[in-house]
Amino acid sequence: MTTKTLKASAVGSSILPAIFAVVLGLGIITVTGHVQASGLHDAAHDVRHATGFPCH
Amino acid sequence: MRPTMCATRPASPATKTMISRILTSALFAGAAAGLITALLQLVFVQPVLLHAELYEGGDLVHFGAEAVSAHPDLPGMFAEPMRDILSIIFTMLTYTGYALVMVALMSVAQGQGHEINARTGLLWGLAGFVAFHFAPGLSLAPEVPGVAAADVGARQIWWTATVAAAGIAMWLIAFGGNIVSYVVAAMLLMAPHLIGAPEPATFSGPVPTEIGALFAARAFGVGMAAWALLGSFAGYFWQSESARADATA
Repeated sequence: MTTKTLKASAVGSSILPAIFAVVLGLGIITVTGHVQASGLHDAAHDVRHATGFPCH
Repeated sequence: MRPTMCATRPASPATKTMISRILTSALFAGAAAGLITALLQLVFVQPVLLHAELYEGGDLVHFGAEAVSAHPDLPGMFAEPMRDILSIIFTMLTYTGYALVMVALMSVAQGQGHEINARTGLLWGLAGFVAFHFAPGLSLAPEVPGVAAADVGARQIWWTATVAAAGIAMWLIAFGGNIVSYVVAAMLLMAPHLIGAPEPATFSGPVPTEIGALFAARAFGVGMAAWALLGSFAGYFWQSESARADATA
């Protein structure tokens, strides 16, 4: 079936985009949740507390 | 004519489609779940945080000469608009980060033949809640401002290791399918707490325990709702993006 062929061809190429997205996602989480630069810390302060990140 | 400066081979159309599907689904799911979560936090978590800050700043003193009312006048919703707007933006960003990780893993799971939709996404969301929020919070409880805590760098290392261990554990429970993977998952879930999180040398927090407990409970409750929404949205958008990609292919 056409869909099965498409899915099978997508499997081989699915890892690189997934790795890219995971790295991008973890990068965003690190910036919003962990980086201690004072401007960032103050802006994200309430969110870090409410979301359970170690804050200060 | 445009000069050809492309040294590397351009990405194949399939790879491009996969990247755009992951990014589109994650952005929609993260923004929607993040916005709802930010509003839930402003209603249910922020008042408790502002109450704690009155003790952190010394406006109220626990166990002072006089008993302190448990219901002081707190600033109302959006009394500090810039602070709340920043919180909304950072919550949406954080949940978009979570969504990128989750949708990427969903794409891998679908490649292995597992069904992804809004219903299965609910389970993904609850697993994500355990990995990113509940597992680290079990020993590093969500803290109100002003509590005594160990060095922030040490806690961040423990937090990151615990999230990684719990994330692998949730994947093994979902897709391992044999007794060995379940045992390994249980060990990964328990190990960080048996080793122990960094703890403060002394207790010096000025905030009443009632406020601290309520804050932790509210943070977990809103976090669980947030992740349930995020998982369902991610599953829904991933399925509809996949259907669209299949239709145009």
